[in-house]
Amino acid sequence: MLVLSGILFAIGASGVLLRCNAILVLMSVELMLNAVNIALVSTARALGDLDGQLFVFFSLSIAAAEVAVGLAIVVAIYRSLGRTDVDDIGAMHG
Amino acid sequence: MIDPIVFWTVATLSVAAAILVVTARDLVHGALAMVATFALTAVLYLALSAAFIAAVQVIVYAGAIMVLFVFVVMLMGRRDVGFSEPIGGQRTLAMVAVAGLAALLAWAGANGVPASVVLGPADTPLPDLPGGFGSPASIGDRLFTEWVLPVEVVGILLLAAMLGVIVIARSGGLRGRGIESTAETEH
Amino acid sequence: MDMTAYSLLPLTLALPLAGVVLLTLFGGRLGGARSGVLATAIVGLTFLVAVAIALDFTDSVTASGSLPDGSAGIGSAEDGSTGDVAVGDHGVGDATGDHGVDESGLLGDSSSTDDQHGVVAPHIERSLWTWIRVKRSFADYELVPVTIAARDIPDLSRITPDMVAVVEVQAGTRAGPRTVREELPLMWDPEAIVGVQIFRGAITPGTILSTRVATALGADDKIFVPADLASPGFTADVSLTLDGLSLLMLLIVTGVGFLIHLFSIGYMAHDPDRRRYFTYLNLFIFSMLVLVLGGNFLMLFVGWELVGACSYLLIGFWHRDPANAWAGRKAFIVNRIGDMAFVIGLMLIWTTYGSLAFADVLPAAAGGAVTGSIAIAIPALLLIGATGKSAQLPLFVWLPDAMAGPTPVSALIHAATMVTAGVYMIARAHPLFEAAPVVLAAVAIVGAATALMAALIALVQVDIKRVLAYSTVSQLGYMFMAVGAGAYAAGVFHLMTHAFFKALLFLGAGSVMHAMEHGFAHGGAHPADGSGRESASMSDASFDPPLDAPSSASHAPASISTPDLDVDGHSEVDLGGAGASSPPRPDHFTDVPAHQDMRMMGGLLSRAPITGWTFLVGGLALAGVFPLAGFWSKDEILLETLARAGGSDGGTLWVVLYGVGLFTALLTAIYTGRQLLMVLAGAPRSTGAKNAAESPWTMTLPLVVLAVLSAVGGLVVLQTFGAPLLHLLEPVLGAHPAEGGPSKLNMALMASAASLSGLAIAYALYGARAIDPDRIATALPVAYRWLSRKLMIDELYDAVVVHPFQRLAPALWHRIDEGVLDRVVNGAGRSLIASAQAWRHVQNGRVRSYGLSIALGAVALGILLVFADRLSGVLLP
Repeated sequence: MLVLSGILFAIGASGVLLRCNAILVLMSVELMLNAVNIALVSTARALGDLDGQLFVFFSLSIAAAEVAVGLAIVVAIYRSLGRTDVDDIGAMHG
Repeated sequence: MIDPIVFWTVATLSVAAAILVVTARDLVHGALAMVATFALTAVLYLALSAAFIAAVQVIVYAGAIMVLFVFVVMLMGRRDVGFSEPIGGQRTLAMVAVAGLAALLAWAGANGVPASVVLGPADTPLPDLPGGFGSPASIGDRLFTEWVLPVEVVGILLLAAMLGVIVIARSGGLRGRGIESTAETEH
Repeated sequence: MDMTAYSLLPLTLALPLAGVVLLTLFGGRLGGARSGVLATAIVGLTFLVAVAIALDFTDSVTASGSLPDGSAGIGSAEDGSTGDVAVGDHGVGDATGDHGVDESGLLGDSSSTDDQHGVVAPHIERSLWTWIRVKRSFADYELVPVTIAARDIPDLSRITPDMVAVVEVQAGTRAGPRTVREELPLMWDPEAIVGVQIFRGAITPGTILSTRVATALGADDKIFVPADLASPGFTADVSLTLDGLSLLMLLIVTGVGFLIHLFSIGYMAHDPDRRRYFTYLNLFIFSMLVLVLGGNFLMLFVGWELVGACSYLLIGFWHRDPANAWAGRKAFIVNRIGDMAFVIGLMLIWTTYGSLAFADVLPAAAGGAVTGSIAIAIPALLLIGATGKSAQLPLFVWLPDAMAGPTPVSALIHAATMVTAGVYMIARAHPLFEAAPVVLAAVAIVGAATALMAALIALVQVDIKRVLAYSTVSQLGYMFMAVGAGAYAAGVFHLMTHAFFKALLFLGAGSVMHAMEHGFAHGGAHPADGSGRESASMSDASFDPPLDAPSSASHAPASISTPDLDVDGHSEVDLGGAGASSPPRPDHFTDVPAHQDMRMMGGLLSRAPITGWTFLVGGLALAGVFPLAGFWSKDEILLETLARAGGSDGGTLWVVLYGVGLFTALLTAIYTGRQLLMVLAGAPRSTGAKNAAESPWTMTLPLVVLAVLSAVGGLVVLQTFGAPLLHLLEPVLGAHPAEGGPSKLNMALMASAASLSGLAIAYALYGARAIDPDRIATALPVAYRWLSRKLMIDELYDAVVVHPFQRLAPALWHRIDEGVLDRVVNGAGRSLIASAQAWRHVQNGRVRSYGLSIALGAVALGILLVFADRLSGVLLP
């Protein structure tokens, strides 16, 4: 179960690192969060402790907030630049 | 404890769906694959005696977040997103990093923690659970007693996120009125 | 005791500090005039608070029945018959029992005090405020040997959470053994766990922080632990102390300070920088109070440095003239030499006594806790510090130049208060000095030598302020002589009277200069520079001969304006080897501003009567004329010095010192008489003096008050008036050692004879002109030239110290600084730029690239964690 979680996490990470589209990157981040949640729930089950599930509850809430803000930013960027590639946002480079 | 058939089915399907997400050329396809992953995860949660979390997973992830994604994709128009890689060396190194991560996490999942936590298909002894473990009643009982402060904090966070989204997404984008009007109120 | 007035003590510090803050923040809005009034009001208020504290304090002293009637004050029968002249009759012996303050009296229980005779409470030390505890451990890696007394060593292979190791460490610090007992839970104290590991292996330097547990485990061994376990680290409290000595200083500082503030309002009325001036002045009051009220050596040192900084700022107050800035710098640098020794002394005190608090150190020193070379080194270093601050040999050279500051500053800082800090410090730390009689003798010798030398130099100065400056140095020498003789109360007494009459003289000089400036301004001449003097008014210029006296005695008017100072080869060019970097040395005969030149004065008694008469009172007090303040205190010092000759230790030394002191008293009277005659008497010798006018009331009022104090200030030692001074000081400084000394009447007659004959000589030379002083100068040209050049001590320091440094500095600058350091620094900068150029590509602004870095870092960390077990043999020892 934890191995599955790890594999899903790695797949999500690969999406973050390899894809340019901002929306896809956000989706991949969700995948990673999801993988972590799996690990938490399975640990809760293994230890017979409900706290793991509570963590997942909070993690879900925060993920929802994160997605909302992230997508809003993507929309804003799309309006300004007409594109949604993360690599186009390079104004902070040194 | 988990039915091996259930586990292997769900595991295989969810990994496949996840790979579909990160390799999608069409954003709508990607979004659909993500729904599949989330739904399969919900099945896993059910199998792990986390009924409430499974329900929330379906409602929030597969429902709300999914709709949000699709909505945004539709807003910007469906388009083909390619695999172009503008950063030199990024792809190779990323592959290495991802492979390393996968190997490490898999290894840790298999060896790095006490054996009882490794929940493979192979049956390992698990603690007996009290009745109603993972039910909405039990979760709510804990949430609003000892976790009440974090709940409030999360509520504030969601409120702040909502306000932030409204400000950012107002017409004009980042450089639009939203930013300027806050700047004006500072005077 | 009534706590209300005591609890006001911090207020005396807070008020001047608030003044500084207020003036800094709002002074610009207030303007110069109101800033001055504000500063003065604040210091006045501080003085009132001090008076309230003093009344409370003395109440509690007298409440204990110290002097119910006059009888207890009389020490011995034969002295009682001498009446008023019996100065210094402090009644040792049985009277001390009366002076002693028992604790019950302090608590307001005065009913039972009449039968307290013979019960001597040695200290009135009370009211110790402690607000902030400054704690810092600096001894992290100093290792001291300790013996471990721990026994029950648990079986380390089976540690349970409730297992406790009891550590008892006995460490031998210099202040005595200390025992530290600690209970260390072995399981959950991370240090304990590390300690277990250390115990398994060897103790290495890298694990030194955990050795407090290792000590527990390596029982029965001598083992080294960090010193902060053995000793509690460096602590010093921000505390105030109030006893008779600091109370007296508090009153002097705030009282004289208030008068001088008041004087400054008038004196600085036309200065555009008044706000800065008064801010500094308030800061100085605060600093001085920190110095005298501090409850430990660290506070004393903080005040010591703060007053030094204020002195520097105020000497260079008119910093647009480089000479003034140089004078400030000189004062600062010379003081640093003394301060360095002082700091080292403090460090030694800390390492020796394990504390800096007076309450810890002084009783320990008095109890003879420390002997040997360290007992000599500490007071010797403190003495060097005191010679810097109090302008004694060999570090006195800064004080005469410090007269570059405004005259009220000279009065406050460089005569009345700051320069006496050395005397205060020695009196405060006298148990330390008494532990080393040789240092105490050195104090007296330094004081006597300084007194004599400065008095000699003062004989020939023509600048009204410089005469007073050397006089100050000389009088400080007296104070040193007194404290060196163990007569601390006499030294502090002279400190007080000197504060009165020397502040009076300086303020009087300021008033005179003010009057002269006014006179020049209304007489049509330019007062500011020497070229403005009219030789027509110099008919009496041979009053004081110019430097090359032999050639100019007969035609003085021409040569005064152009005296040739370089005849002896010590010209500016010769000495200033490094050219412009050499400090401008004011020539004390040509560079004297006209309004400060005594040769330009005369007849001021009739033209500025209040200034003139008060100046006269101050001068006579300085000369030691009965019954003015200076007489009592100087006589007291001479008496105590000679009394030491009768003692067991080193008879002849004290006789010699007494002789020097007496001769200096004569010299003092001569130069004072000369000054008084030149300034006040005779016909005016310049338009400035002719048209001089009285100063405004803010300037004359302090003069009058100080004149009254100078006149009657000496009476506080008299038993007739209850000898309040001695009641204040004796509990702190100890009773007087004078027992069976010389007859007090004879001593008083000797001192009076010296001062009166000195005045007579001065009158003969400068008043009646029975002997032409020029002829003396002509007869002794070498002596005259040396004296007028201040014994060439500045030149000596230039040649020995300053010029080698100035020659060394360019070499260091070019070779070391430019050649090595600059290259290193610039190279560091360049390599930083280069590396930044390389690394800026990493900062490419691309989120995914950053993400990749995070992922790679995570993988690397993961590998490290996973394989830590296997790697530990390689990476960790």
